[in-house]
Amino acid sequence: MATERKSPQSQTKGRMPPRGAVQHRVGVADRLRGWLRHHYEVAAQALVRLWSTPLASLMTLAVLAIALALPGFIFTALKNVEQLTAGLDTDPHISLYLDVSLSDERVDSFSRELLLRDDLISVELISRDKGLADFKAYTRFDDLLDFFDSNPLPAVITLIPGTEEPDQLQQLQQELAALPEVEEARLDLEWVRRLGAFMALAERGAWVLGGLLSLTVLLVVGNTVRMTIESRRDEILVSKMVGATDAWVRRPFLYSGIWFGAFGALLAWLLAQLALALISEPVQALAALYLNGYVVQGLGPTESLTLLLIGILLGLGGAWIAVGRHLRDMEPG
Amino acid sequence: MTAIRFSNVGKRYPNGHDALVGLDFTLESGELAFLTGHSGAGKSTLLKLIMLMERPSRGGVWVGDRDLTKLPRKQIPFHRREIGVVFQNHQLLFDRSVFDNVALPLQISGYDPVDAARRVRAALDKVGLLSREKLNPITLSSGEQQRVGIARAIVHKPKLLLADEPTGNLDPELSEDIMHLFEQFNRIGTTVLIASHDLSLINRLQHRVLSLQAGRLVSDGY
Repeated sequence: MATERKSPQSQTKGRMPPRGAVQHRVGVADRLRGWLRHHYEVAAQALVRLWSTPLASLMTLAVLAIALALPGFIFTALKNVEQLTAGLDTDPHISLYLDVSLSDERVDSFSRELLLRDDLISVELISRDKGLADFKAYTRFDDLLDFFDSNPLPAVITLIPGTEEPDQLQQLQQELAALPEVEEARLDLEWVRRLGAFMALAERGAWVLGGLLSLTVLLVVGNTVRMTIESRRDEILVSKMVGATDAWVRRPFLYSGIWFGAFGALLAWLLAQLALALISEPVQALAALYLNGYVVQGLGPTESLTLLLIGILLGLGGAWIAVGRHLRDMEPG
Repeated sequence: MTAIRFSNVGKRYPNGHDALVGLDFTLESGELAFLTGHSGAGKSTLLKLIMLMERPSRGGVWVGDRDLTKLPRKQIPFHRREIGVVFQNHQLLFDRSVFDNVALPLQISGYDPVDAARRVRAALDKVGLLSREKLNPITLSSGEQQRVGIARAIVHKPKLLLADEPTGNLDPELSEDIMHLFEQFNRIGTTVLIASHDLSLINRLQHRVLSLQAGRLVSDGY
Protein backbone atom coordinates (compact mmCIF):
# COMPACT_ATOMS: atom_id res chain seq x y z
CA MET A 1 0.00 0.00 0.00
CA ALA A 2 2.79 2.32 0.94
CA THR A 3 4.54 1.82 -2.38
CA GLU A 4 1.28 2.48 -4.19
CA ARG A 5 0.85 5.80 -2.40
CA LYS A 6 4.37 6.85 -3.21
CA SER A 7 3.90 6.15 -6.88
CA PRO A 8 3.19 9.72 -8.01
CA GLN A 9 6.48 10.80 -6.56
CA SER A 10 8.49 7.85 -7.90
CA GLN A 11 7.02 8.45 -11.34
CA THR A 12 8.49 11.92 -11.40
CA LYS A 13 12.00 10.63 -10.80
CA GLY A 14 14.23 10.70 -13.85
CA ARG A 15 11.70 12.69 -15.83
CA MET A 16 11.05 16.34 -16.48
CA PRO A 17 9.31 17.75 -13.44
CA PRO A 18 5.56 17.94 -13.94
CA ARG A 19 4.60 21.10 -15.77
CA GLY A 20 2.06 22.24 -13.21
CA ALA A 21 4.51 22.37 -10.35
CA VAL A 22 7.19 24.42 -12.06
CA GLN A 23 7.04 27.69 -10.25
CA HIS A 24 7.00 30.70 -12.48
CA ARG A 25 10.03 32.91 -12.01
CA VAL A 26 9.85 36.64 -12.50
CA GLY A 27 12.74 38.03 -14.57
CA VAL A 28 14.82 41.05 -13.59
CA ALA A 29 13.30 43.34 -16.23
CA ASP A 30 9.80 42.30 -15.18
CA ARG A 31 10.73 42.90 -11.58
CA LEU A 32 12.01 46.41 -12.34
CA ARG A 33 8.87 47.18 -14.32
CA GLY A 34 6.80 45.78 -11.47
CA TRP A 35 8.72 47.91 -9.00
CA LEU A 36 8.11 51.09 -10.98
CA ARG A 37 4.46 50.14 -11.51
CA HIS A 38 4.05 49.58 -7.79
CA HIS A 39 5.50 53.02 -7.03
CA TYR A 40 3.09 54.60 -9.46
CA GLU A 41 0.07 52.62 -8.26
CA VAL A 42 0.84 53.15 -4.61
CA ALA A 43 1.35 56.90 -5.11
CA ALA A 44 -2.02 57.13 -6.87
CA GLN A 45 -3.75 54.99 -4.23
CA ALA A 46 -2.28 57.08 -1.41
CA LEU A 47 -3.66 60.18 -3.12
CA VAL A 48 -7.10 58.61 -3.50
CA ARG A 49 -7.02 57.52 0.14
CA LEU A 50 -6.18 61.10 1.17
CA TRP A 51 -9.31 62.39 -0.55
CA SER A 52 -11.50 59.51 0.59
CA THR A 53 -11.63 61.15 4.03
CA PRO A 54 -11.71 64.78 2.93
CA LEU A 55 -12.58 66.38 6.26
CA ALA A 56 -9.95 64.56 8.32
CA SER A 57 -7.34 65.10 5.62
CA LEU A 58 -8.14 68.80 5.32
CA MET A 59 -7.85 69.28 9.08
CA THR A 60 -4.45 67.61 9.07
CA LEU A 61 -3.38 69.62 6.03
CA ALA A 62 -4.52 72.84 7.71
CA VAL A 63 -2.30 72.13 10.71
CA LEU A 64 0.63 71.32 8.41
CA ALA A 65 -0.03 74.42 6.31
CA ILE A 66 0.01 76.74 9.30
CA ALA A 67 3.13 75.12 10.71
CA LEU A 68 4.90 75.55 7.35
CA ALA A 69 3.43 78.98 6.50
CA LEU A 70 4.65 80.71 9.65
CA PRO A 71 8.38 80.20 9.01
CA GLY A 72 7.80 80.88 5.31
CA PHE A 73 6.12 84.16 6.16
CA ILE A 74 8.76 85.21 8.68
CA PHE A 75 11.69 84.42 6.39
CA THR A 76 10.04 86.35 3.57
CA ALA A 77 9.41 89.30 5.88
CA LEU A 78 13.08 89.23 6.93
CA LYS A 79 14.13 89.10 3.31
CA ASN A 80 12.06 92.23 2.72
CA VAL A 81 13.61 94.09 5.65
CA GLU A 82 17.06 93.14 4.40
CA GLN A 83 16.19 94.36 0.94
CA LEU A 84 14.85 97.58 2.44
CA THR A 85 17.97 98.29 4.47
CA ALA A 86 20.22 97.36 1.58
CA GLY A 87 18.63 100.23 -0.35
CA LEU A 88 19.41 102.66 2.45
CA ASP A 89 22.66 104.57 2.66
CA THR A 90 24.20 102.67 5.50
CA ASP A 91 27.72 104.04 5.05
CA PRO A 92 28.89 105.29 8.42
CA HIS A 93 29.11 109.08 8.64
CA ILE A 94 31.17 111.29 10.91
CA SER A 95 29.76 114.71 11.62
CA LEU A 96 32.22 117.36 12.81
CA TYR A 97 30.68 120.27 14.72
CA LEU A 98 33.23 123.06 14.49
CA ASP A 99 34.10 125.71 17.04
CA VAL A 100 31.61 128.61 16.67
CA SER A 101 34.37 131.15 17.14
CA LEU A 102 36.15 130.08 13.93
CA SER A 103 35.97 132.53 11.06
CA ASP A 104 34.26 131.46 7.83
CA GLU A 105 37.63 131.57 6.08
CA ARG A 106 39.23 129.29 8.64
CA VAL A 107 36.30 126.87 8.36
CA ASP A 108 36.69 126.84 4.62
CA SER A 109 40.42 126.20 4.75
CA PHE A 110 39.93 123.50 7.42
CA SER A 111 37.50 121.62 5.20
CA ARG A 112 40.03 121.85 2.35
CA GLU A 113 42.68 120.37 4.62
CA LEU A 114 40.36 117.47 5.35
CA LEU A 115 39.86 116.91 1.63
CA LEU A 116 43.56 116.14 1.34
CA ARG A 117 43.32 113.23 3.76
CA ASP A 118 43.19 109.91 1.97
CA ASP A 119 41.27 108.09 4.72
CA LEU A 120 38.13 110.12 3.84
CA ILE A 121 35.95 109.46 0.84
CA SER A 122 33.91 112.62 0.91
CA VAL A 123 33.90 115.88 2.79
CA GLU A 124 30.82 118.08 2.74
CA LEU A 125 30.80 121.48 4.40
CA ILE A 126 27.59 122.96 5.75
CA SER A 127 28.52 126.54 6.56
CA ARG A 128 26.90 128.45 9.42
CA ASP A 129 24.77 130.46 7.00
CA LYS A 130 23.68 127.34 5.09
CA GLY A 131 22.84 125.65 8.41
CA LEU A 132 20.73 128.60 9.44
CA ALA A 133 18.88 128.62 6.10
CA ASP A 134 18.24 124.88 6.33
CA PHE A 135 17.06 125.18 9.88
CA LYS A 136 14.61 127.88 8.85
CA ALA A 137 13.41 125.96 5.85
CA TYR A 138 12.95 122.51 7.45
CA THR A 139 11.82 123.26 11.01
CA ARG A 140 9.01 125.28 12.50
CA PHE A 141 11.24 126.64 15.24
CA ASP A 142 12.71 129.51 13.25
CA ASP A 143 11.12 131.91 15.83
CA LEU A 144 13.61 130.56 18.31
CA LEU A 145 16.46 132.15 16.40
CA ASP A 146 15.07 135.57 17.20
CA PHE A 147 16.21 135.08 20.76
CA PHE A 148 19.85 135.00 19.63
CA ASP A 149 21.85 138.04 18.69
CA SER A 150 23.95 136.12 16.23
CA ASN A 151 23.75 132.77 14.42
CA PRO A 152 24.07 130.12 17.16
CA LEU A 153 24.62 127.22 14.77
CA PRO A 154 28.10 125.87 14.25
CA ALA A 155 29.53 124.98 10.89
CA VAL A 156 29.23 121.25 10.26
CA ILE A 157 31.40 119.03 8.12
CA THR A 158 29.92 115.66 7.14
CA LEU A 159 32.52 113.04 6.32
CA ILE A 160 32.31 109.57 4.79
CA PRO A 161 35.35 107.63 5.98
CA GLY A 162 37.17 105.22 3.71
CA THR A 163 36.73 102.34 6.17
CA GLU A 164 33.68 100.55 7.55
CA GLU A 165 35.52 98.77 10.35
CA PRO A 166 33.98 99.85 13.68
CA ASP A 167 37.37 99.96 15.45
CA GLN A 168 39.03 102.08 12.78
CA LEU A 169 35.99 104.35 12.63
CA GLN A 170 36.13 104.88 16.35
CA GLN A 171 39.82 105.65 16.14
CA LEU A 172 39.25 108.14 13.33
CA GLN A 173 36.46 109.78 15.27
CA GLN A 174 38.72 110.25 18.31
CA GLU A 175 41.52 111.59 16.15
CA LEU A 176 39.24 114.15 14.52
CA ALA A 177 37.66 115.13 17.85
CA ALA A 178 41.13 115.99 19.15
CA LEU A 179 41.69 118.62 16.42
CA PRO A 180 41.52 122.18 17.86
CA GLU A 181 38.96 123.34 15.27
CA VAL A 182 36.56 120.57 16.20
CA GLU A 183 34.09 121.03 19.02
CA GLU A 184 32.51 117.61 18.70
CA ALA A 185 32.88 114.63 16.35
CA ARG A 186 29.91 112.30 16.16
CA LEU A 187 30.01 108.89 14.58
CA ASP A 188 26.61 107.93 13.11
CA LEU A 189 27.13 104.22 13.37
CA GLU A 190 24.93 103.16 16.24
CA TRP A 191 21.65 102.75 14.40
CA VAL A 192 23.24 100.62 11.66
CA ARG A 193 24.72 98.43 14.33
CA ARG A 194 21.44 98.14 16.18
CA LEU A 195 19.58 97.26 13.00
CA GLY A 196 22.17 94.60 12.25
CA ALA A 197 21.88 93.13 15.72
CA PHE A 198 18.10 93.17 15.53
CA MET A 199 18.15 91.42 12.16
CA ALA A 200 20.51 88.75 13.45
CA LEU A 201 18.25 88.18 16.44
CA ALA A 202 15.13 88.01 14.27
CA GLU A 203 16.82 85.55 11.93
CA ARG A 204 17.95 83.35 14.82
CA GLY A 205 14.43 83.46 16.23
CA ALA A 206 13.00 82.50 12.85
CA TRP A 207 15.31 79.47 12.69
CA VAL A 208 14.32 78.34 16.17
CA LEU A 209 10.64 78.78 15.36
CA GLY A 210 11.15 77.04 12.03
CA GLY A 211 12.82 74.12 13.80
CA LEU A 212 10.02 73.75 16.31
CA LEU A 213 7.34 73.95 13.64
CA SER A 214 9.20 71.40 11.49
CA LEU A 215 9.07 69.08 14.47
CA THR A 216 5.32 69.70 14.59
CA VAL A 217 5.02 68.69 10.94
CA LEU A 218 7.02 65.51 11.58
CA LEU A 219 4.85 64.56 14.54
CA VAL A 220 1.53 65.38 12.86
CA VAL A 221 2.39 63.37 9.73
CA GLY A 222 3.86 60.58 11.86
CA ASN A 223 0.74 60.29 13.94
CA THR A 224 -1.60 60.39 10.95
CA VAL A 225 0.40 57.71 9.17
CA ARG A 226 0.53 55.58 12.32
CA MET A 227 -3.27 55.59 12.45
CA THR A 228 -3.43 54.61 8.77
CA ILE A 229 -1.09 51.71 9.50
CA GLU A 230 -3.32 50.51 12.35
CA SER A 231 -6.38 50.60 10.12
CA ARG A 232 -4.64 48.48 7.49
CA ARG A 233 -3.19 45.91 9.84
CA ASP A 234 -4.91 42.91 8.16
CA GLU A 235 -3.65 43.89 4.76
CA ILE A 236 -0.10 44.25 6.07
CA LEU A 237 -0.16 40.83 7.75
CA VAL A 238 -1.60 39.04 4.71
CA SER A 239 0.88 40.79 2.41
CA LYS A 240 3.83 39.75 4.57
CA MET A 241 2.41 36.21 4.64
CA VAL A 242 2.50 35.94 0.87
CA GLY A 243 6.00 37.35 0.59
CA ALA A 244 5.85 41.14 0.73
CA THR A 245 9.17 42.75 1.62
CA ASP A 246 9.37 45.48 4.27
CA ALA A 247 9.94 48.04 1.51
CA TRP A 248 6.78 46.92 -0.31
CA VAL A 249 4.70 47.20 2.84
CA ARG A 250 6.26 50.54 3.77
CA ARG A 251 5.77 52.18 0.39
CA PRO A 252 2.08 53.23 0.54
CA PHE A 253 2.61 54.89 3.91
CA LEU A 254 5.67 56.79 2.73
CA TYR A 255 3.67 58.09 -0.21
CA SER A 256 0.91 59.18 2.19
CA GLY A 257 3.55 61.18 4.06
CA ILE A 258 4.85 62.69 0.84
CA TRP A 259 1.37 63.78 -0.23
CA PHE A 260 0.60 65.26 3.17
CA GLY A 261 3.88 67.19 3.05
CA ALA A 262 3.39 68.38 -0.53
CA PHE A 263 -0.22 69.52 -0.10
CA GLY A 264 0.60 71.03 3.28
CA ALA A 265 3.39 73.04 1.62
CA LEU A 266 1.09 74.16 -1.21
CA LEU A 267 -1.50 75.36 1.28
CA ALA A 268 1.26 77.00 3.32
CA TRP A 269 2.44 78.82 0.20
CA LEU A 270 -1.06 80.18 -0.36
CA LEU A 271 -1.33 81.26 3.28
CA ALA A 272 2.04 83.00 3.26
CA GLN A 273 1.30 84.83 -0.01
CA LEU A 274 -2.08 85.87 1.37
CA ALA A 275 -0.52 87.18 4.57
CA LEU A 276 2.13 89.09 2.60
CA ALA A 277 -0.54 90.57 0.35
CA LEU A 278 -2.49 91.69 3.41
CA ILE A 279 0.45 93.56 4.95
CA SER A 280 1.83 94.73 1.62
CA GLU A 281 -0.24 97.95 1.46
CA PRO A 282 0.61 99.39 4.90
CA VAL A 283 4.26 98.38 4.44
CA GLN A 284 4.33 100.08 1.08
CA ALA A 285 2.81 103.23 2.61
CA LEU A 286 5.40 103.13 5.38
CA ALA A 287 8.26 102.52 2.98
CA ALA A 288 7.14 105.39 0.76
CA LEU A 289 7.93 107.77 3.64
CA TYR A 290 11.58 106.75 3.52
CA LEU A 291 12.20 105.28 0.11
CA ASN A 292 10.58 105.64 -3.24
CA GLY A 293 9.74 102.70 -5.44
CA TYR A 294 9.96 100.02 -2.76
CA VAL A 295 7.79 96.96 -3.53
CA VAL A 296 7.03 94.18 -1.02
CA GLN A 297 8.52 90.90 -2.27
CA GLY A 298 6.46 87.70 -2.09
CA LEU A 299 7.87 84.16 -2.16
CA GLY A 300 9.91 83.91 -5.34
CA PRO A 301 10.35 80.69 -7.37
CA THR A 302 13.35 79.56 -5.32
CA GLU A 303 11.63 80.15 -1.99
CA SER A 304 8.44 78.45 -3.22
CA LEU A 305 10.34 75.38 -4.40
CA THR A 306 12.29 75.27 -1.15
CA LEU A 307 9.06 75.38 0.82
CA LEU A 308 7.62 72.54 -1.27
CA LEU A 309 10.79 70.49 -0.90
CA ILE A 310 10.91 71.04 2.87
CA GLY A 311 7.23 70.04 3.09
CA ILE A 312 7.82 66.84 1.12
CA LEU A 313 10.94 65.91 3.10
CA LEU A 314 9.22 66.53 6.44
CA GLY A 315 6.19 64.50 5.32
CA LEU A 316 8.41 61.65 4.17
CA GLY A 317 10.44 61.86 7.38
CA GLY A 318 7.36 61.80 9.59
CA ALA A 319 5.97 58.79 7.72
CA TRP A 320 9.34 57.04 7.91
CA ILE A 321 9.47 57.47 11.68
CA ALA A 322 5.94 56.10 12.07
CA VAL A 323 6.54 53.21 9.70
CA GLY A 324 9.99 52.20 10.94
CA ARG A 325 9.26 50.51 14.22
CA HIS A 326 5.60 49.88 13.70
CA LEU A 327 5.92 47.64 10.66
CA ARG A 328 8.76 45.58 12.07
CA ASP A 329 6.54 44.72 15.01
CA MET A 330 3.74 43.62 12.72
CA GLU A 331 4.66 40.06 11.87
CA PRO A 332 2.18 37.38 10.94
CA GLY A 333 1.83 34.56 13.42
CA MET B 1 14.28 15.28 -3.90
CA THR B 2 13.36 16.38 -0.39
CA ALA B 3 10.69 19.03 -0.08
CA ILE B 4 10.75 19.45 3.71
CA ARG B 5 13.18 18.06 6.27
CA PHE B 6 12.97 18.49 10.05
CA SER B 7 15.99 17.35 12.01
CA ASN B 8 15.70 17.11 15.80
CA VAL B 9 13.59 20.26 15.87
CA GLY B 10 12.50 21.75 19.19
CA LYS B 11 10.47 24.86 19.73
CA ARG B 12 10.14 26.37 23.17
CA TYR B 13 8.16 29.55 23.64
CA PRO B 14 9.39 32.30 25.99
CA ASN B 15 6.79 31.21 28.59
CA GLY B 16 8.57 27.83 28.83
CA HIS B 17 5.98 25.87 26.87
CA ASP B 18 7.51 23.22 24.60
CA ALA B 19 5.46 23.30 21.41
CA LEU B 20 7.67 20.82 19.54
CA VAL B 21 10.17 18.30 20.89
CA GLY B 22 12.81 16.32 18.97
CA LEU B 23 10.93 16.36 15.69
CA ASP B 24 12.41 14.30 12.83
CA PHE B 25 10.70 13.73 9.50
CA THR B 26 11.13 14.18 5.78
CA LEU B 27 8.55 15.01 3.15
CA GLU B 28 9.58 14.09 -0.37
CA SER B 29 8.90 16.30 -3.34
CA GLY B 30 5.49 15.50 -4.85
CA GLU B 31 4.12 13.92 -1.67
CA LEU B 32 0.80 14.68 -0.01
CA ALA B 33 0.71 14.26 3.76
CA PHE B 34 -1.66 15.06 6.58
CA LEU B 35 -0.51 16.48 9.86
CA THR B 36 -2.82 15.58 12.68
CA GLY B 37 -3.18 15.81 16.43
CA HIS B 38 -5.28 17.58 19.05
CA SER B 39 -5.33 21.32 19.15
CA GLY B 40 -2.16 22.41 20.91
CA ALA B 41 -0.24 19.35 19.70
CA GLY B 42 2.06 21.58 17.64
CA LYS B 43 0.55 21.42 14.14
CA SER B 44 0.40 25.18 13.65
CA THR B 45 3.86 25.67 15.13
CA LEU B 46 5.28 23.16 12.66
CA LEU B 47 3.73 25.03 9.73
CA LYS B 48 4.92 28.35 11.13
CA LEU B 49 8.49 27.03 11.21
CA ILE B 50 8.25 26.18 7.51
CA MET B 51 6.91 29.67 6.74
CA LEU B 52 9.53 31.25 8.99
CA MET B 53 6.81 32.90 11.04
CA GLU B 54 8.71 31.29 13.91
CA ARG B 55 12.30 30.14 14.29
CA PRO B 56 13.11 26.79 15.92
CA SER B 57 14.77 26.81 19.36
CA ARG B 58 16.93 23.89 18.32
CA GLY B 59 17.51 21.56 15.38
CA GLY B 60 17.30 22.33 11.67
CA VAL B 61 14.55 22.88 9.12
CA TRP B 62 15.20 22.54 5.39
CA VAL B 63 12.80 23.47 2.60
CA GLY B 64 14.16 22.04 -0.65
CA ASP B 65 17.90 22.52 -0.20
CA ARG B 66 17.47 25.73 1.77
CA ASP B 67 18.58 25.69 5.42
CA LEU B 68 16.00 27.88 7.12
CA THR B 69 18.04 28.30 10.28
CA LYS B 70 20.67 30.13 8.22
CA LEU B 71 18.23 32.27 6.22
CA PRO B 72 18.63 35.98 7.05
CA ARG B 73 15.55 38.02 7.88
CA LYS B 74 15.77 39.95 4.60
CA GLN B 75 15.39 36.73 2.61
CA ILE B 76 12.21 35.63 4.38
CA PRO B 77 9.80 37.34 1.92
CA PHE B 78 11.45 35.57 -1.02
CA HIS B 79 11.24 32.25 0.81
CA ARG B 80 7.52 32.80 1.44
CA ARG B 81 6.92 33.57 -2.24
CA GLU B 82 7.85 29.98 -3.07
CA ILE B 83 5.22 28.53 -0.75
CA GLY B 84 1.43 28.65 -0.90
CA VAL B 85 -0.49 28.79 2.38
CA VAL B 86 -4.16 28.20 3.16
CA PHE B 87 -5.50 29.24 6.55
CA GLN B 88 -8.49 28.06 8.51
CA ASN B 89 -9.80 31.62 8.77
CA HIS B 90 -8.75 32.10 5.11
CA GLN B 91 -7.43 35.67 5.82
CA LEU B 92 -9.14 37.33 2.89
CA LEU B 93 -9.23 41.11 2.60
CA PHE B 94 -12.76 42.45 2.50
CA ASP B 95 -11.80 45.86 1.12
CA ARG B 96 -11.27 44.44 -2.37
CA SER B 97 -12.73 41.99 -4.88
CA VAL B 98 -12.14 38.25 -5.10
CA PHE B 99 -9.93 38.93 -8.12
CA ASP B 100 -7.74 41.42 -6.23
CA ASN B 101 -7.41 39.06 -3.27
CA VAL B 102 -6.09 36.30 -5.48
CA ALA B 103 -3.88 38.73 -7.40
CA LEU B 104 -2.09 39.98 -4.26
CA PRO B 105 0.83 37.47 -4.28
CA LEU B 106 1.46 38.16 -7.97
CA GLN B 107 1.37 41.92 -7.38
CA ILE B 108 3.89 41.53 -4.60
CA SER B 109 6.19 39.41 -6.77
CA GLY B 110 6.00 42.01 -9.53
CA TYR B 111 4.12 40.15 -12.26
CA ASP B 112 3.02 42.01 -15.34
CA PRO B 113 -0.69 42.89 -14.81
CA VAL B 114 -1.83 41.20 -18.04
CA ASP B 115 0.06 38.03 -17.19
CA ALA B 116 -1.19 38.23 -13.61
CA ALA B 117 -4.83 38.59 -14.71
CA ARG B 118 -4.50 35.45 -16.81
CA ARG B 119 -3.03 33.51 -13.90
CA VAL B 120 -5.65 34.81 -11.45
CA ARG B 121 -8.45 33.66 -13.77
CA ALA B 122 -6.78 30.28 -14.21
CA ALA B 123 -6.54 29.85 -10.43
CA LEU B 124 -10.15 30.93 -9.90
CA ASP B 125 -11.22 28.55 -12.65
CA LYS B 126 -9.44 25.67 -10.89
CA VAL B 127 -11.40 26.29 -7.69
CA GLY B 128 -14.63 26.86 -9.64
CA LEU B 129 -15.08 30.53 -8.80
CA LEU B 130 -14.34 32.23 -12.11
CA SER B 131 -17.80 33.79 -12.19
CA ARG B 132 -17.28 35.39 -8.79
CA GLU B 133 -14.13 37.36 -9.54
CA LYS B 134 -15.76 40.80 -9.26
CA LEU B 135 -17.59 40.14 -5.99
CA ASN B 136 -16.40 41.14 -2.56
CA PRO B 137 -15.41 37.93 -0.74
CA ILE B 138 -17.63 38.94 2.20
CA THR B 139 -20.67 38.12 0.05
CA LEU B 140 -19.49 34.52 -0.53
CA SER B 141 -20.32 31.42 1.53
CA SER B 142 -17.61 30.11 3.87
CA GLY B 143 -16.86 27.22 1.48
CA GLU B 144 -16.42 29.67 -1.37
CA GLN B 145 -14.27 31.96 0.78
CA GLN B 146 -12.01 29.02 1.58
CA ARG B 147 -11.70 28.27 -2.12
CA VAL B 148 -10.71 31.89 -2.78
CA GLY B 149 -8.03 31.40 -0.12
CA ILE B 150 -6.84 28.27 -1.96
CA ALA B 151 -6.80 30.10 -5.30
CA ARG B 152 -4.61 32.77 -3.69
CA ALA B 153 -2.30 30.08 -2.33
CA ILE B 154 -1.78 28.38 -5.71
CA VAL B 155 -1.97 31.34 -8.10
CA HIS B 156 1.83 31.57 -8.38
CA LYS B 157 2.16 27.77 -8.77
CA PRO B 158 4.21 27.08 -5.65
CA LYS B 159 6.13 23.83 -5.39
CA LEU B 160 5.00 23.53 -1.78
CA LEU B 161 1.45 24.05 -0.53
CA LEU B 162 0.66 24.25 3.19
CA ALA B 163 -2.81 24.25 4.69
CA ASP B 164 -3.72 24.88 8.32
CA GLU B 165 -7.15 23.37 9.14
CA PRO B 166 -8.49 24.25 5.67
CA THR B 167 -11.81 22.50 6.37
CA GLY B 168 -12.20 23.66 9.97
CA ASN B 169 -15.34 25.69 9.39
CA LEU B 170 -16.91 23.58 6.66
CA ASP B 171 -19.55 20.84 6.62
CA PRO B 172 -18.36 17.28 5.67
CA GLU B 173 -19.41 17.48 2.03
CA LEU B 174 -17.64 20.81 1.41
CA SER B 175 -14.63 19.53 3.35
CA GLU B 176 -14.29 16.56 1.04
CA ASP B 177 -14.51 18.87 -2.01
CA ILE B 178 -11.71 20.99 -0.62
CA MET B 179 -9.54 17.92 0.07
CA HIS B 180 -10.10 16.64 -3.47
CA LEU B 181 -8.92 20.04 -4.70
CA PHE B 182 -5.66 19.54 -2.80
CA GLU B 183 -5.33 16.06 -4.29
CA GLN B 184 -5.66 17.61 -7.76
CA PHE B 185 -2.81 20.00 -7.10
CA ASN B 186 -0.75 17.13 -5.74
CA ARG B 187 -1.41 15.11 -8.89
CA ILE B 188 0.31 17.78 -11.01
CA GLY B 189 3.39 17.62 -8.78
CA THR B 190 2.82 20.05 -5.93
CA THR B 191 4.03 18.88 -2.52
CA VAL B 192 1.13 19.29 -0.09
CA LEU B 193 1.10 19.30 3.72
CA ILE B 194 -2.31 19.65 5.37
CA ALA B 195 -2.80 20.13 9.10
CA SER B 196 -6.21 18.81 10.09
CA HIS B 197 -7.92 17.09 13.01
CA ASP B 198 -10.77 15.74 10.86
CA LEU B 199 -9.69 12.10 11.34
CA SER B 200 -12.62 10.43 9.60
CA LEU B 201 -11.99 12.43 6.46
CA ILE B 202 -8.23 11.84 6.64
CA ASN B 203 -8.73 8.08 7.00
CA ARG B 204 -11.02 7.95 3.98
CA LEU B 205 -8.45 9.71 1.79
CA GLN B 206 -5.61 7.28 2.55
CA HIS B 207 -2.50 9.43 2.37
CA ARG B 208 0.53 9.60 4.59
CA VAL B 209 -0.38 10.85 8.09
CA LEU B 210 2.00 12.46 10.60
CA SER B 211 0.50 12.46 14.11
CA LEU B 212 1.65 14.88 16.74
CA GLN B 213 1.01 14.57 20.44
CA ALA B 214 2.24 17.21 22.88
CA GLY B 215 4.83 18.36 20.37
CA ARG B 216 6.22 14.88 19.58
CA LEU B 217 5.78 12.84 16.42
CA VAL B 218 3.93 9.71 17.64
CA SER B 219 3.14 8.02 14.33
CA ASP B 220 4.05 8.38 10.67
CA GLY B 221 2.44 6.10 8.10
CA TYR B 222 -0.49 5.34 5.85
